[in-house]
Amino acid sequence: MAATWYSLIALMLVTYAVLDGFDFGAGILHLVVAKTDAERREVLGAIGPVWDGNEVWLIASAGVLVFAFPRAYAAAFSGLYLPLMMVLWLLVLRGIAIEFRSKVDHPLWRTGFDGMFALASTIMAVVLGIALGNLVRGVPVDETGWFQEDLFTNFRATGHDLGAIDVYTALVGVFAVVALAAHGATYLVWKTSGPVHERSVAAARRLWPIVLAIGAGLTAATAATQPAHFAELTHRPWLWPVPALSIACAMLCPRAIARGEEGRAFVLSCAFIAGLLAATVGTLYPVLLRSTIDPRYTIDAYNAASPRATLVIGLVVWLPAMALAIGYFTYLYRSFRGKVQTEDQHY
Amino acid sequence: MGSLGWSRLQFGFTITYHYLFPQLTMGLALVILVFKGLALRADASKDDANKTVYDDLARFWARIFGINFAVGVVTGIPMEFQFGTNWARFSDYSGGVIGLTLAMEGMFAFFAESAFLGLFLFGEKKLGPRGHFGAGFMVFLGSWLSGYFIVATNAFMQHPVGHALDAHGKLVLVDVWTYLFNSWAFWEYAHTMSAAVITGAFVVTAVAAYWALMGQHERHARSALRIGVIVGLTACIMQLFPTGDQHGKLVAEHQPVALAAMEGKFTTESHAELAIIGQPNVDERRLENPIVVPYVLSFLAYGSFGATVKGLDDFPRDTWPDNIELLYFSYHVMVGLGTILFAIMAGAGLLLWKDRLMRTRAALWVLMLAWPFPYIATTAGWMTAELGRQPWLVYGLMRTAHGTSPRVSAGSVAFSTLGFMGLYTVLGLLFVFLVVRAIARGPAPAAGGAAEAH
Repeated sequence: MAATWYSLIALMLVTYAVLDGFDFGAGILHLVVAKTDAERREVLGAIGPVWDGNEVWLIASAGVLVFAFPRAYAAAFSGLYLPLMMVLWLLVLRGIAIEFRSKVDHPLWRTGFDGMFALASTIMAVVLGIALGNLVRGVPVDETGWFQEDLFTNFRATGHDLGAIDVYTALVGVFAVVALAAHGATYLVWKTSGPVHERSVAAARRLWPIVLAIGAGLTAATAATQPAHFAELTHRPWLWPVPALSIACAMLCPRAIARGEEGRAFVLSCAFIAGLLAATVGTLYPVLLRSTIDPRYTIDAYNAASPRATLVIGLVVWLPAMALAIGYFTYLYRSFRGKVQTEDQHY
Repeated sequence: MGSLGWSRLQFGFTITYHYLFPQLTMGLALVILVFKGLALRADASKDDANKTVYDDLARFWARIFGINFAVGVVTGIPMEFQFGTNWARFSDYSGGVIGLTLAMEGMFAFFAESAFLGLFLFGEKKLGPRGHFGAGFMVFLGSWLSGYFIVATNAFMQHPVGHALDAHGKLVLVDVWTYLFNSWAFWEYAHTMSAAVITGAFVVTAVAAYWALMGQHERHARSALRIGVIVGLTACIMQLFPTGDQHGKLVAEHQPVALAAMEGKFTTESHAELAIIGQPNVDERRLENPIVVPYVLSFLAYGSFGATVKGLDDFPRDTWPDNIELLYFSYHVMVGLGTILFAIMAGAGLLLWKDRLMRTRAALWVLMLAWPFPYIATTAGWMTAELGRQPWLVYGLMRTAHGTSPRVSAGSVAFSTLGFMGLYTVLGLLFVFLVVRAIARGPAPAAGGAAEAH
């Protein structure tokens, strides 16, 4: 049952990264691909109806995490206190930038919120990458089951004085920005037309090779920083096709864009993000918080899980809820399928 | 102040600020749905004039709903994270129980609310009138369900049921139905929801009264006043009876020490009097300058004029709520304002029934200016509930002092608290600016509104 819940939370977080990932990407590229007010309205129109729903996957994942693995939730959220507070502030700024930007027809109002949207999206991507980097690298959980990481210490990725930001996690942060920018560009290629479309095509074709290059560097850095991670992967041959397919998707994506297969390109982009994270989580399993002090202190799916009876109740709730959510989202995305029509009336 | 003090300040500040928005979201969702329903009915009976008025009103309030909802969402996300960041030992201890409703809120309520809000705000043309009503209904349902799950979580903290302690001393769920349908949750939810409807109704009537006083949008003002007063009066009645009455009886039964502090009762007595006003002096254990009604407290709390009401002296000092003065005044402000709001709506209802509301300028002035008071009343009500629960985090099981994050320094919490205060100040200014602007534009803006679309 603990394994089931580990997979379900992983599934929800991967869904979150794929969905909110493209609207973060749209935000990162907002100032680059859209220059005029009409073009920027087009970018916001592409994510406007869906971004809030995408973000709910994060909120729901956090709720499910409290329920299934309370110890991991408590240790991780308090241990990464300051990075999480920044996530919260950025989510506030980003949300109001999207919602308030078009409410006033004033050039400075709109430019200001455009900048805020781009900046908050970019920093959010960095912070999410850093958080992922911390999970892979490990955190200093001690015998009490708690830890507290400074935001930064000496920026070294190994040793006893770890900070949330170090050279390794910062590299994951940079990778997250580039990968989500490529993902967002691919989404915008699919959803927009005219100059925004052309600039998104150019951005996507330039970004995908960079994603692969940084990804290769990151793989080497992971092997150097946390050898246990790849040691685990070598013992799980059934997992090997996942990263391979993921890389193939990243290589095929710009070609699909070049051929004008925009829908397919976006599916490939989603598969790349999902595959990469699935490979990471599949390698981490059953670890939730890897202890850098002693493997005995590691918090995993078994020592952090709520009792079995509780988890069974949760599953009875989760299944219909997820069926409904998938239904809502299918309906939502179908209702707004096709290219953005900027002249649509909106409150 | 220490990390406990800062964490309490942070939670108190962020939750109080946050709840200013969802209460209007939930109340307004119902009122908008009524407008949309009336527009559909007018359409069915080929009553084009009324259809236009109700559609205008629904769109006007949906514009404000959208702004309000956005602030509610962005200030709500920090709440869910704060359980882990600032109250890690509480999450670790009770996550296996309260996690269920927190997860259900995300899964059943937020998904529906967010997915259909996009459709509701962006898709009126795409969906057609009935489909758009359906999207509005799902937003309403999502927001009200979300309210239930969060109130059920709070109800467990007020009156834990359906749980047991496991071998590690942590809470586990043993009876999911008892937990989900906690009697405390039922009355707390009914009381909270009717308060949200009161807020929504007072905000709608305030704007309509403004139009009426200014001689603008006369038809819109008349329709909005009628709906606002009918909805508001119904909710005001429910607020006092049965929901407030029943909720009070639950407090008397399960948290008698909180009741004593709320009422400023220091000594146990039968035929207990109800203090309308007066200042609690905790050091001297008496109420200063009291104005009282004899016997009434015994009756309200236990249904009999002779019933004995326990005073604070009968409880160990370490189980007293730790801020008796604030608790006492929160409770009295809530009850006082609840009564005044009922009187305002009752008066407006009478004038509406006599068809004189649109001409009675004094009443319109009162309605126009009354809108802040429901917000103050709901805030005071939540402060009563949460201060009354002290010194417990989970009533009788875990003290607030034992629920904090063990490794987070006071400095970190102070930093983040100040950050939230600054950020929310800016957010509040932007919100007020946008809402004032939307109100100034009125219910039927000229075609120029299209330029403001996304």
